[in-house]
Amino acid sequence: MTTGSDYPSPPHFRKPLLDTPFHDRARALSQNDQFVPWSGYTTVDVFTTVEQEYFAIRNAATLYDLTPMVKYRVTGADAERFLNRLVTRDVRKLRVGRVSYVVWCNDDGHIIDDGTIFRFSPEDFRVCTAERQLDWFLDSAIGFDVAIEEITSQVAALSLQGPTSAYVLKRFGLEGVEQLKPFEFREFRSAGRDMMVSRTGFTGDLGYELWMRPEHALGIWDELMAVGRTRGIRAIGSQALNLARIEAGFLMPNVDFVSAEHTIRMHRERTPLELGLGWLVDFDKPHFNGRRALLRQKSAGLKRMLVGIDIDGNKPAHNALLYASPKDEQECGFVTSAMWSPTCKRNIALAILDAPHFDAGRRVHADIYLHRELVWERRMVAATVVERPFFAPDRRRMTPPADR
Amino acid sequence: MGSTRTKEHDVIVVGAGHNGLVAACYLARAGLDVLVVERNDYIGGAAVSRNLFEDFTYSNCSYVCSLLRPEIMRTLELPKHGLQIIPYDSGCTMMRGGGHLALYDNHDALRREIARHSSRDAEAYDRYSRDVMRQCKFIRPLLLREPPDPTSFKPRDLNELLYLGARFNGMGEQRMYDTLRFWTMSAADFLDEYFESEIVKAHFAGSSIIGTALGPRSPGSAYVLLHHYMGDIDETVGAWGFARGGMGSVTAALTSSLRASGGDVRVSAPVDHVLVQGSRARGVVLESGEEIRARVVISNMDVKRTFLNCVAPEHLPEDFLTAVRRFKIRGSSGKLNIALDGLPSFPAIPAGSPAIRGDMHITDTLEMMERAYDDWKEGRWSRAPYVDMLMPSQIDPTMAADGKHYMSVFVQYCPYELADGPWTDEKRQAFGNTVIDAIAEHSPDFKSLIRHAEIRTPWDIEREVGLTEGNIFQGELTMDQLLFNRPVPGYAQYRTPVKDLYMSGSSTHPGGGVMGAPGANCARRVLADLGRVSA
Repeated sequence: MTTGSDYPSPPHFRKPLLDTPFHDRARALSQNDQFVPWSGYTTVDVFTTVEQEYFAIRNAATLYDLTPMVKYRVTGADAERFLNRLVTRDVRKLRVGRVSYVVWCNDDGHIIDDGTIFRFSPEDFRVCTAERQLDWFLDSAIGFDVAIEEITSQVAALSLQGPTSAYVLKRFGLEGVEQLKPFEFREFRSAGRDMMVSRTGFTGDLGYELWMRPEHALGIWDELMAVGRTRGIRAIGSQALNLARIEAGFLMPNVDFVSAEHTIRMHRERTPLELGLGWLVDFDKPHFNGRRALLRQKSAGLKRMLVGIDIDGNKPAHNALLYASPKDEQECGFVTSAMWSPTCKRNIALAILDAPHFDAGRRVHADIYLHRELVWERRMVAATVVERPFFAPDRRRMTPPADR
Repeated sequence: MGSTRTKEHDVIVVGAGHNGLVAACYLARAGLDVLVVERNDYIGGAAVSRNLFEDFTYSNCSYVCSLLRPEIMRTLELPKHGLQIIPYDSGCTMMRGGGHLALYDNHDALRREIARHSSRDAEAYDRYSRDVMRQCKFIRPLLLREPPDPTSFKPRDLNELLYLGARFNGMGEQRMYDTLRFWTMSAADFLDEYFESEIVKAHFAGSSIIGTALGPRSPGSAYVLLHHYMGDIDETVGAWGFARGGMGSVTAALTSSLRASGGDVRVSAPVDHVLVQGSRARGVVLESGEEIRARVVISNMDVKRTFLNCVAPEHLPEDFLTAVRRFKIRGSSGKLNIALDGLPSFPAIPAGSPAIRGDMHITDTLEMMERAYDDWKEGRWSRAPYVDMLMPSQIDPTMAADGKHYMSVFVQYCPYELADGPWTDEKRQAFGNTVIDAIAEHSPDFKSLIRHAEIRTPWDIEREVGLTEGNIFQGELTMDQLLFNRPVPGYAQYRTPVKDLYMSGSSTHPGGGVMGAPGANCARRVLADLGRVSA
């Protein structure tokens, strides 16, 4: 039996959301009281303005409180075998000290969630997920010698992203941090505080994620803000991060796809192939959940696919339905995420399109509604299917990275 | 006794319960001359608000509302006629020994609450909700449709079968399997597929036994659980609420709507039998001997009461009568309505928790629930009963004076017939004391706050409301008695073997709960047969 915490104070029926270990700082820096719930925690949506925060990601350094991301520790002699059946990538190839972006599916090949796997040792992994997965993991673990424990509240996490982020970490005193390659992680010790640093992120830019004990959270935050001050460090909220991740072409669960565990209606589930994540599916490895269904889909061809589109004009195509021709009655797809990209100067979106409209170079039309001084106007605007990511600067891969 | 002749109506509805009134309203709106006759001196059947003690209002039969179809409320303009449904936001099960599980509206609060008992169950709850929703999604659209006759080749039946098949098909293979399993399995087996914590299972299993002579381990009980999720309030599916002013507000609004359309209700007019001439229903004969003639008679009584008491057997085919006699309508529920001098304390519930504003329970394991059922099988009321208790006066200010509270206690199980002979006043009181003692174990000041308690056994419910054996659903909601088998095979289309005699009660598809769908479906069938609309 999995048992939970004792009676909380203040009680959860008065305060359903928890504070993260960084909450005091977030509260102090938040100028607008714009908080949003995330996996049971209160987190900041916008500190100052979305624009300032967004440009700090692309120009300087930013701190984003990542603590609510759900984290599990997976250990045991069969941990690798268990994970290898769970996810679509080959976990056997994941070396100690490396991180892998993964998705996992049900038997129908429909995505349950995406996340990252960190390998600490041959038998010790951390799995970070968007949604809580204990129910699915424990069912999937039957027959394997593996222990699974949720450690979300035991690990405080910060995302430090932006062109000056490596410099900030060096100033912070993490010797050799510049040698970390993308998707590598290492343990550091600085001023008596253990910290794990991974070169990962959700911005498509140079950046790191810092994992620490909750009691060290505020001290580390303060020090990072202090050493980063001259390099433009600032706290950012979820809205700015969301802009960066769309430019990077990353998918947001419950925005760009819904977990097969939550779908009520038919045909709302998505497979990794339909989301353009075919590169995460390794048919050469032993059996994994969803393998047969995905093989079937691969040979039958896709009926729909998530792609990037570049829309004429500069009005973001939020929630737009897409049509093959402006005169069509029946849509051929819809936008899941949209924005005007301030860095690319392009009007970009992620969209689900029916076959054959998802092929790169295809032209479709976005039905955009504009709210102008309380009057709604409608524009049918041409768009082109394009490759993702929309923005991929060289600095995201460069090792060692530049200081700025 | 000599009969007196009155004018002929288009339609007579026997029984002013909510379904009879719903049918009457639709027919009156279609321009028919409709009269509802009611045995009691008050309107409402089992949806009533009654003043039995000082200025406390009792919803003394049905007590919460979710299933009443919004389409019906809208078409019959019930809000205009005074009906307001107010959702309540919580509920709980208190445990022997002092713990509790609360069901909070806020998803994060609920997750943390369930996680106090099992962090795994806290997550499994989402999967459980999803699967229940998937089943509801399939079944709910069928509620306001007449079930097809699977043996008929008429276009309507074929179309309905196709509709059913298409919905079934549209679910996909896996969900189809799930549906078939769901319709036949026990609530305990179903809940075992999701939860590990006894208290969590016990809480959700409650709705699988309400009004049903099944235990949580009886096959078929999983569907009963689903039936209670079928409703919604303002698109919040599965939400339950109070009718402001008590459940009588539902039937009061229906009566007002009916009168606004030119129909009427006559109370204190008990029907002796349906007048059948030339194998057609021609009206009703009251116990007074008065004959009221009509082109169409709709019985809102349950199928047993209608055909075993009110239609002479010579008018009915034997196979039909046999099926009616076999119809399962076993009484298994009792009810206490209690006037309280103040809000009782429940030490298990933390101060400030909204848990006491919703449905409260005291059965903390499936085992305890099943044992309660064992008592019923042996012909006695449960020594440790399952209760569904609510104090609507915390939310609805019209139910009691300021600071006073009305408590509705639904009790499962209580037999219609006791093993040791007929119900007596002493036995009724002993049943009531059993329930009050069981609640008092969780509330030290409960007994001292009781000003008045109305105790109702299935036998009382039959006597007062006319429901056979006191069964609150006019027949059990098991798969053998649902869809095209409800109430009996071959007669699921609201028609009966007697021409111009129809059924509108919960004995018909889609069954009980204050839903109104049987009444609405019946009205549509009558109008179609009269050539007023197509079915």
